[in-house]
Amino acid sequence: LQYIYTMGKKSLPNNRGYRNTSEFLFTSVNLSTYYFRTPFLLSGTTYVDLMPHDLARAALQGLLNRTGVPKDAVDYIIYGTVIQEVKTSNVAREAAMGAGFSDKIPAHTVTMACISSNQAMTSAVGLIAAGQCDAVVAGGVEFMSDVPIRHSRKMRKTMLSLNKAKTLGQKLSLIGSIRMAHLSPELPAVAEFSTAETMGHSADRLAAAFGVSRVEQDEFAVRSHSLAKKAQESGLLEDVISFKVPGRDIVSKDNGIRPSSMEQMAKLKPAFIKPHGTVTAANSSFLTDGASAVLIMSEEKALAMGYKPKAYLRDFVYVSQDPKDQLLLGPTYSTPKVLERAGLSMSDIDVFEFHEAFAGQIMANLKAMDSDWFAQTYMGRKSKVGTPSMDKFNLWGGSLSLGHPFGATGCRLVTTVAHRLKKEGGQYGLVAACAAGGQGHAMVIEAYPQ
Amino acid sequence: FAIVKGDVAVIRMNDPNSKVNTLSVQMQKEMIEVMGEVWADNAVNSAVLISSKPGCFIAGADINMIQACKDAEEVAKLSQEGQKMFEQVEKSPKPIVAAINGSCLGGGLEFAIACQYRVATKSKKTVLGTPEVMLGLLPGAGGTQRLPKMVGLPSAFDMMLTGRNIRADKAKKMGLVDHLVDPLGPGLKSPEERTIDYLEEIAIECARGIANKKIPLRKEKGRMQKIQDYIMSFELVRNQIYKTVHGKVMKQSKGLYPAPLKIIECVKTGVEQGPTAGYLAESQNFGQLAKTTESAALIGLYHGQVACKKNRFGTPEKEVKTLAILGAGLMGAGIAQVTVDKGVHTILKDTALAGLARGEQQVYKGLNDKTKKKSITSFQRDSILSNLTGQLDYKGFEKADMVIEAVFEDINIKHAVLKEVEAVVSPQCIFATNTSALPIKEIAAVSKRPEKVIGMHYFSPVDKMQLLEIITTDKTSKDTTASAVAVGLKQGKVIIVVGDGPGFYTTRCLAPMLAEAVRVLQEGVDPKKLDALTTNFGFPVGAATLADEVGIDVAAHVAEDLGKAFGSRFGGGNVDVLKTMVDLGFKGRKSGKGCYVYQPGSKVKEVNPEIGDILEKFKMAANPAVSSDSDVQYRLVSRFVNEAVLCLQEGILNNPLEGDIGAVFGLGFPPSHGGPFRFVDSFGADKLVEKMRRFEAVYGNQFTPCQLLLDHAKNSSKKFHK
Repeated sequence: LQYIYTMGKKSLPNNRGYRNTSEFLFTSVNLSTYYFRTPFLLSGTTYVDLMPHDLARAALQGLLNRTGVPKDAVDYIIYGTVIQEVKTSNVAREAAMGAGFSDKIPAHTVTMACISSNQAMTSAVGLIAAGQCDAVVAGGVEFMSDVPIRHSRKMRKTMLSLNKAKTLGQKLSLIGSIRMAHLSPELPAVAEFSTAETMGHSADRLAAAFGVSRVEQDEFAVRSHSLAKKAQESGLLEDVISFKVPGRDIVSKDNGIRPSSMEQMAKLKPAFIKPHGTVTAANSSFLTDGASAVLIMSEEKALAMGYKPKAYLRDFVYVSQDPKDQLLLGPTYSTPKVLERAGLSMSDIDVFEFHEAFAGQIMANLKAMDSDWFAQTYMGRKSKVGTPSMDKFNLWGGSLSLGHPFGATGCRLVTTVAHRLKKEGGQYGLVAACAAGGQGHAMVIEAYPQ
Repeated sequence: FAIVKGDVAVIRMNDPNSKVNTLSVQMQKEMIEVMGEVWADNAVNSAVLISSKPGCFIAGADINMIQACKDAEEVAKLSQEGQKMFEQVEKSPKPIVAAINGSCLGGGLEFAIACQYRVATKSKKTVLGTPEVMLGLLPGAGGTQRLPKMVGLPSAFDMMLTGRNIRADKAKKMGLVDHLVDPLGPGLKSPEERTIDYLEEIAIECARGIANKKIPLRKEKGRMQKIQDYIMSFELVRNQIYKTVHGKVMKQSKGLYPAPLKIIECVKTGVEQGPTAGYLAESQNFGQLAKTTESAALIGLYHGQVACKKNRFGTPEKEVKTLAILGAGLMGAGIAQVTVDKGVHTILKDTALAGLARGEQQVYKGLNDKTKKKSITSFQRDSILSNLTGQLDYKGFEKADMVIEAVFEDINIKHAVLKEVEAVVSPQCIFATNTSALPIKEIAAVSKRPEKVIGMHYFSPVDKMQLLEIITTDKTSKDTTASAVAVGLKQGKVIIVVGDGPGFYTTRCLAPMLAEAVRVLQEGVDPKKLDALTTNFGFPVGAATLADEVGIDVAAHVAEDLGKAFGSRFGGGNVDVLKTMVDLGFKGRKSGKGCYVYQPGSKVKEVNPEIGDILEKFKMAANPAVSSDSDVQYRLVSRFVNEAVLCLQEGILNNPLEGDIGAVFGLGFPPSHGGPFRFVDSFGADKLVEKMRRFEAVYGNQFTPCQLLLDHAKNSSKKFHK
């Protein structure tokens, strides 16, 4: 469980003397028993009969149980989600009440594609910094086992007119106007509205633009799965809670981790650009169900309530760029910017957690970060920011292997950084992620002094 | 040429002396050498042919090379050499993959289809086509023989007879291209460079695959394809196709253009009598066509168009970033339509909300139609529209770099808006007036800064008509002109810059022809017959229909104004015919009735029955000596041409080239004649003068040839075009 705090009063920026002028941090009562997210499951598996707010509820309930935080001690709840269940469009509110939080706690839902829960966390930070709140729960949820499939626009129009039709004659003539074409449904697509290009297609083109080979991508995917497997087996994924799914078993593990050999990887056909593309189902993140929650507090409040802070949320940025040709380059743009704001350099960072949407996207970002030409031509910078050392990079697996519930991944990244800082004894960690719409995010996290 | 060898040889084309690659004698020579190397090298199993120029594979054959030939035989020989080279490519024992990025046109396409396999980028710039017909030629390097085999008879005819460009995705569906590659964004190189590299990488994979027999060259035919092939195997069906296509061509071209007919002939010969006869027919017809006056006229227009897409006034000091348009009528909204999608902030101002709403809807519809055709996405449509501000007041005009007024054609209203505009805009702002006949210096008379006043005469519908006539007064500064031309070029226009005077150039040429048309009607010729006579001469739109399109009220207005300015020379038909029509509400297409009756949804147009009474009232006796069909045609055309030559003589026109472009692109002068000046050159000034003298004897000074025309008649070596 994450208890993230922020100081109530805004302090002056101080280049290196953060410890005294810290703004945001998070903590935990007891490291061994904290709780944070539901297991991430492949969509269509054990969670298949749930609703999105059920998953979010499970994460929140766990947070209440494990931290013992009083049900009315939280000031606000924010959740991130991408594909909305229309019945629970403010999923934060439904989940909070269902989880037993006081009905006096306001809640709202945010959406910013794959960085929705990052947005939830930073919104919480904003509320605390503005003096509005002292303790906020932020989280994210995504449920791909059931997505809203709509009637066609024509059918919807007919049905809405039917509501207004007064006479039987009007109703019959409307029903009579229904044709076969009206009946074909509209499926939600993981495609950009502005360009109509699917994300996988864009990722394939991005990989090609940076000359990322199929082998490089497959190797990175195998690395992600192997590291996740190792982390899972050695009990490092402490943020995962057990969840009794109604009518089904208790789930306590992520189920998408599948290390395979390079030969097996090489057998797959490209999934988006056929026949010469390089992005396959195995080197992409898969459709996932899952929810996450973190508690963010000001340092004073946490200490006053008797919690030991876990880490400071030091600084963050959001960036955006061309949604066609640079859709997934968010980390390249956000990393140098957040480092600059925090007065740090790449070598100061001990732990990197980047969101792995596609292996090709990660490799492309690494190449872009290593290119002076790209930095100068497209980012208006004097020189490249440099690449993170692979010894510090996504060491407990990533979205490729653990899964990627769009709205929930951000909290997982932040938690993993906090946990790795503790485990590896580092001071600074960096989270970076890309998102649909050509947007990106990065955050600097600092370990709370032991 | 550069060649990189491995098991796959990569042949990179790059003409160092030009922005585009063209097929020339020199290139052909080098190509044969390079191919020889590929064939001779045992380590090489296959080859990739690619251009190093972003945006161009091969843009076609070098037109100057064809024009430099002395006679048809020499051109035919060029064609045969091309055929021979591509035959070698087609029969190459080592597969050759054409990697296409950018324009692949004419000879370039013929080269590509001679290769064993084609990979193309799915970029907007990648277009394939056989535009030869638009230059009065035919695909002379095997195109008429290979295309039908590759895409089937109907598609091949469509491509070769229309000359239209085909985008890569469509080409893939047609079977013209085998494999598509997506264009890439920025990576470690610029998008253009990286896309070419990527195309090359994929093409190499394909070439290797073909050499290893992993990629089959013969594709499994779909069921539709099999059915089509079966149907096409009957001679009867094929003959029916030839007949239908021939009929269509005759109907559309009125038999005035030889190239489409020759294309049909070449295809037919190849399919029915085999390749030897086909290739022979192709090269010989190519040679003949290259030496026709029609081809010379069309090539002249092509060169003219290229010349009129340049700014001979240099770069303006200040780029126009905000353009304000007054009047959201058809014209104003049309100008907004062609401006807003070029990234220029466009203010569209009208005086009434209803008018503004109609204008904004026109702009929206223009863009939305493009999304329906999938040439832009709905997102692009929306972001383009965000550049448009519709308003009823002068708010924000202080930021405008140029104001174009398209208000009603009345000197008092024009004066009023000019004063209003000058009161609110910055001193640097240019004031352009869109008028078809009012002299600019009269409009500029009330201006505080006449050096910033210029005429920009657009043609309706603005988004379809390519021409823009820019009119400068003796006070207009050079920078103002440069800026107006720059805006016009940005809007995608072909531009002529002419001097000021009543009717400028285009309206002035059209007015006497329309006056003559009214006289012809008064002499008892039916509007349909009048239309037939003009379209048979090569005008795309008949004279009566043209009057309806322009608007009878506008025609009456112009006829009266110019009649006052130029006197009896602009006489002929009685202006009262037009005025009576206007009084009765017959204003042309826009009012539903003019010479014809226009009913929405109906394509057949009937002659307005009520016009008969009007013409009866103004009836004139026709003189049989000058009223044969041919005489009527030359009466109409000679008045047009004479006025055009007079414009050059008086210095309204800068050069005959702009005169030809203006007449063809603005008024629909027959393209087969290449414009009034080229017409005089090819028809013979002496013959034209002779005809005019005959008409002059009957009708008087309306047919008196101008001095410049007489000079050309006297000395046959004098030509407008060298």
